Amino acid sequence: MIESSTLPRLMHEASSRPLSLAQHEQTFAAATPIGSLLEELEASGLAGRGGAGFPTSVKVRFIHDQRSLHKYVVVNAMEGEPASHKDQSLLNTHPHLVLDGAEYLAGLVGAKNIAVCVARDNRSGINAMERAIHERARRSLRGPKLDLHTPPQRYVAGEESALTHWLDDNESLPQFRRTRPHVLRIGHAPVLVQNAETLANVALIGRFGASWYRGLGTSNSPGSTLVSVSGAVAHPIVMETELGTPLRTILNYADADSDPQALLLGGYGGSWLSGEHLDTPYCNEELAPLGVSVGAGVLVVLPRKACGIVETQRVVQWMANESARQCGPCAFGLPALADGLRHVARPTGDATLALQRLEERCDVIKGRGACHHPDGVVRLVRSALQVFEKDVARHVQGDACKGSLDSRHYAAIPQLERAEELVWE
Amino acid sequence: MGVRRRTGLFVLQVNPILCDGFGHCAELAPELVTIDEWGYPIIRTAPVSLSDTGAYQSARYAERGCPRQALRIQRFNEK
Ligand code: SF4
Ligand code: SF4
Repeated sequence: MIESSTLPRLMHEASSRPLSLAQHEQTFAAATPIGSLLEELEASGLAGRGGAGFPTSVKVRFIHDQRSLHKYVVVNAMEGEPASHKDQSLLNTHPHLVLDGAEYLAGLVGAKNIAVCVARDNRSGINAMERAIHERARRSLRGPKLDLHTPPQRYVAGEESALTHWLDDNESLPQFRRTRPHVLRIGHAPVLVQNAETLANVALIGRFGASWYRGLGTSNSPGSTLVSVSGAVAHPIVMETELGTPLRTILNYADADSDPQALLLGGYGGSWLSGEHLDTPYCNEELAPLGVSVGAGVLVVLPRKACGIVETQRVVQWMANESARQCGPCAFGLPALADGLRHVARPTGDATLALQRLEERCDVIKGRGACHHPDGVVRLVRSALQVFEKDVARHVQGDACKGSLDSRHYAAIPQLERAEELVWE
Repeated sequence: MGVRRRTGLFVLQVNPILCDGFGHCAELAPELVTIDEWGYPIIRTAPVSLSDTGAYQSARYAERGCPRQALRIQRFNEK
């Protein structure tokens, strides 16, 4: 049993190889979920770690209350964010913790199938999961049926409706949901999609209970979370931190630039936070007034010498390319935003007009896609215009900063062979 | 047209995946829909009262006239 107040929880006794089932049970005690898991989940205040931060218990209860003979639990370890590696490192250390959580929830909502989704390009994650599933099947054939699925590696493929669509119909495209909350279905079976890290937390709550879980973190954001720190750091790392730790402590631990210009929090659909706010605790209730959220646990450190507008432009360009191109405002709007940012970063022609159009387009695009992909991009662009306000003004006057000419970039973008390449299955 | 309920509210909703930007809705329901620079509809999100028969009639025209059947009138009661 891990002490309630000791830190590595999810990364407890992590080694360079995934723990086998026997090692796993030795580390975390055998899997016997406590009786009233739903009540414990409610009391624990666990929020989803996939980005939206939605209370897990609400989602679980919603699917629990659906009446259906068949249900699915989907393990979302897709991790489309290029700057995020937390699910990857979880799969490579504690795959059984994730599967335990999925089995607990399957038992709770009455699901007979668990679909584990790992992106196709993530070879090590797939191997770890394959082995873990095999070990479980060899030990016992009772309990829900575990299957591994490998959807394509795209940003929106990890969106929950896209994932369900893939499992249902082999198309990883988001679906339109007229009303929310909406029950996603595979065939007729309701689906509970949970992020891998959330499930690992569920596995711990299921073993040790809610009051144990609340031993770390703040009262509104209890527990610990995995953070992927990248950008101006010695090495990009994934670390586990207590929610409510000041950002400065996290940066120190990650050996990052201690006086950054700004931080990108939440992911590539997240927001920039100015470097002045380094003493803010890392949890949603403290970050929300600054317009930022913990999101998917991404932290990109931008040093003073870099240009925030150019960085944002690159990210937005990539996000525009990752759009599923189903909805007009997303398919046409996001490239337009990327173009607008380019005109602001390297002014040609009327930059003031470009800036004005950029702001107008942000208002026009927001909330008009079938999924929240465009909303995230709009949030990023708006926060960049706000945080880098002075730089934007200088760029618009034709006085571009030195950093914008630098070829070194901090937000990691996967390289495509051709910029406009897009492969949908 | 039979008896029509005049209490409650409605909004016109578009399924952005189905919509291909033909723009018929903006012509059929100009009081509810405007068109953005790419030709896709921006629909008024504030609920409209059903007693506004003109707007409701246009919404029905738009719903039926949309070549992709992307529009739907969502009715709900006042809270
Ligand atoms: S909003 Fe964009 S990413 Fe989402 S479904 Fe529509 S086109 Fe695809
Ligand atoms: S009429 Fe239908 S397809 Fe055409 S723009 Fe309006 S909603 Fe889209």
